[in-house]
Amino acid sequence: MAPIFHPVLVIGGGLAGLRAALEVKKHCDVAVISMVYPVRSHSCAAQGGINASLGNVPEGRGDTWEKHAYDTVKGSDFLADQDAVEILAREAPLRVYEMEHWGTPFSRTPEGRIAQRPFGGAEFPRTCYAEDTTGHALLQTMNEQAVKNGIKVYAERFVVSLVVRDKKVAGLIALNRLTGKLETYAANAVVLSTGGAGRIYAETTNSLIMSGYGIYLAYRAGAALKDMEFMQFHPTSLFQINILLTEGCRGEGGYLLNKNGDRFMAWCAPKSMELAPRDIVARAIATEILEGRGVNNEYVYLDLRHLGERIIEERLPGIRRLCRSFIGLDPVHELIPVEPAQHYTMGGIDCNVNGGTEIKGLYAAGECACVSVHGANRLGGNSLLETLVFGKRAGESAAAFAMHEGSDMNKSSQDAIEEEYRKAVEKIKGREGKEKIASIRNDLGRVMSKKVGIFRKENELEEAVEEISNLSARFENVHVSKGTVYNLELINALDLEAMLALAEIIARGALLRKESRGSHFRIDYPERDDANFLRHTIARLAPGGVKIEYRGVAITKFKPEKRVY
Amino acid sequence: MAEIKLRIFRFDPENPKPVPHYQTYTIETNPGMTVLGALFDVLDNQDGTLSFRYSCRWAICGSCAVSLNGKCRLACETQVSDYKGTLTIEPLPGFDVIKDLVVDIEPFFENYMKIKPYLMSQASPEKENIQMQEQVNLMQPHVRCILCAVCESSCPVSWTSREKYVGPMAFTKVYRFNRDSRDSGGKERLAIVGDESGVWRCRTIFRCTEYCPKDIPITEAIEFLKRRYFRD
Repeated sequence: MAPIFHPVLVIGGGLAGLRAALEVKKHCDVAVISMVYPVRSHSCAAQGGINASLGNVPEGRGDTWEKHAYDTVKGSDFLADQDAVEILAREAPLRVYEMEHWGTPFSRTPEGRIAQRPFGGAEFPRTCYAEDTTGHALLQTMNEQAVKNGIKVYAERFVVSLVVRDKKVAGLIALNRLTGKLETYAANAVVLSTGGAGRIYAETTNSLIMSGYGIYLAYRAGAALKDMEFMQFHPTSLFQINILLTEGCRGEGGYLLNKNGDRFMAWCAPKSMELAPRDIVARAIATEILEGRGVNNEYVYLDLRHLGERIIEERLPGIRRLCRSFIGLDPVHELIPVEPAQHYTMGGIDCNVNGGTEIKGLYAAGECACVSVHGANRLGGNSLLETLVFGKRAGESAAAFAMHEGSDMNKSSQDAIEEEYRKAVEKIKGREGKEKIASIRNDLGRVMSKKVGIFRKENELEEAVEEISNLSARFENVHVSKGTVYNLELINALDLEAMLALAEIIARGALLRKESRGSHFRIDYPERDDANFLRHTIARLAPGGVKIEYRGVAITKFKPEKRVY
Repeated sequence: MAEIKLRIFRFDPENPKPVPHYQTYTIETNPGMTVLGALFDVLDNQDGTLSFRYSCRWAICGSCAVSLNGKCRLACETQVSDYKGTLTIEPLPGFDVIKDLVVDIEPFFENYMKIKPYLMSQASPEKENIQMQEQVNLMQPHVRCILCAVCESSCPVSWTSREKYVGPMAFTKVYRFNRDSRDSGGKERLAIVGDESGVWRCRTIFRCTEYCPKDIPITEAIEFLKRRYFRD
């Protein structure tokens, strides 16, 4: 069978992937391969907004890209690479204006400019928004641009493996979920933009499709992963069902209350209060619950009542609707029960500011990538921004590589594709084992939430590594029903293989990092240790399993200092 | 612990002699359980061969629309407790079935492509376009469309003459762009939907409006486009 050839293939049709494809299209042909229709991608789930130092509201007049960069670096607990953060902050206004020119229906100031709201860890109101469904608004706009520019989309294809030969990308093998047939694709360059790995955790705000499979694809193909132990826990997800309630709730003035009605953020972030960065707020909530000041020892309250119906309807209508339809409660009159939940994968595929990885022709952008601009803790409003800034840059470099350095398909890449195809045929066969996918997945989620969660310590992390290894052994004996047409068990099994591998890397990274930094908090090492750990964790697949090394952090303007909010 | 019977439409194209049929599963429900949660309960604990679409689980991605006792709704935001006894779950009507609850949704996206669903603008300001909040409000709630296909699969005209009718979602999109103060493509889009495959085939049955999970007054938008067609 002849592979389908495009000079550049983009895996993933969320904001980063579509932005990359639009950039490639200026130079050469491109196609997007996505496991869902692009508009179903997890980007649409972003709520609160996107950061750019536009200075559109009176309180934000003094804002500059340098201040955005500083807030981001401080928020990252100084683990972010500052050269990358400078690019993020400097290019932010350009990318936001671009989305506005393309039609995003942003909320507006009284002067008709893009409205901006305060967000955690930011000195100025910098977060541009479209009500409280900014991700949806941006993804619709981006998809509209993809249609306008004739971007070819192969939807509902699950990429089973990447084809890499001599450390250079040659193509990929994808399962067409609708026909159940494997398809082979050849390309000079591939951009991975497949999102994060939140589903590894039992409690997560992530879409059900966020297994981290794309990160695993790169890892298995020989690319390095960076800082995987840094997982963000969002402070406010709806209790038990873990649907996200945007930081915008607190940006607009919402309070967090414990069972005694105390605004407990006063005790750990007296200046920023509820708008401290997410790692600090999530820890504060977890502490309230652990120390018996949670409601029923399970959750705390998010209080929006004092904002009044008009503000809530104007700026947080989606939140009101969510509360009403999922828990039958109206935040205009009632307190909302919330708990922290996994929300964002700060780590990912190790790449440079142009998306380049250690594999020639392989690029990464968005949540699956780690440039790193978020370091140990991402600020709210910076992830949507990252997809646009680095999606564009990855697209630019992938196109340049494809046109100048990439060799068109030849005999050896064809052979490599065929070899990978044969392996993929084996991978998608039914399996006669006894173990249920859901049972292993649920156990994995519980281990990760309990032992590799907000608070971590040596013996629990060791137990987690061992339990993950036991779960991997159980996975060998998993049951997968036959058939390949929209077989959910098959997709869930492929996802679970990725989740188990990534879980081990996360737990091992956390075990070796004997300090507390950003989202990674070690009860047994509660202080940040710059002397030993102001370094990125680099994980690679080695013959004996995962091999972990460290790499220095790029520091340009901002010397590490104590984080006070 | 309450129970509910799920009577689910099944079709397996990989079966040598595929026969559409219904299969009934009894599950225990708990407070707050959604229909999507119930489908996962079946998939994870009773029958790993069941197929359905999903992604975000809070009504923003548009993946999981199905027919529930004959009415098209999002599985993820519909509470199981809305139903008693037996709940019949079927694929969206009017589309070809691929497997179980998964339909061929391509014709829906083809309709989307037809109406130039993107901003057409000659302006290229250095910063953002100035747009007043009142102007943004003119596009509300139409910009909240999640392309879930509930409108089109609830519309009897779409069922019976899909190839001749661009359908309610496309009109929602035309309305959204034609009311955008930044857009200059209004006439072009009106020309596309101004013939008998467009707004004039709507029979004002209001089912699109009735079932839209984002409460978009689609019929009103269609009537608006009809009036604009005559005015322009």
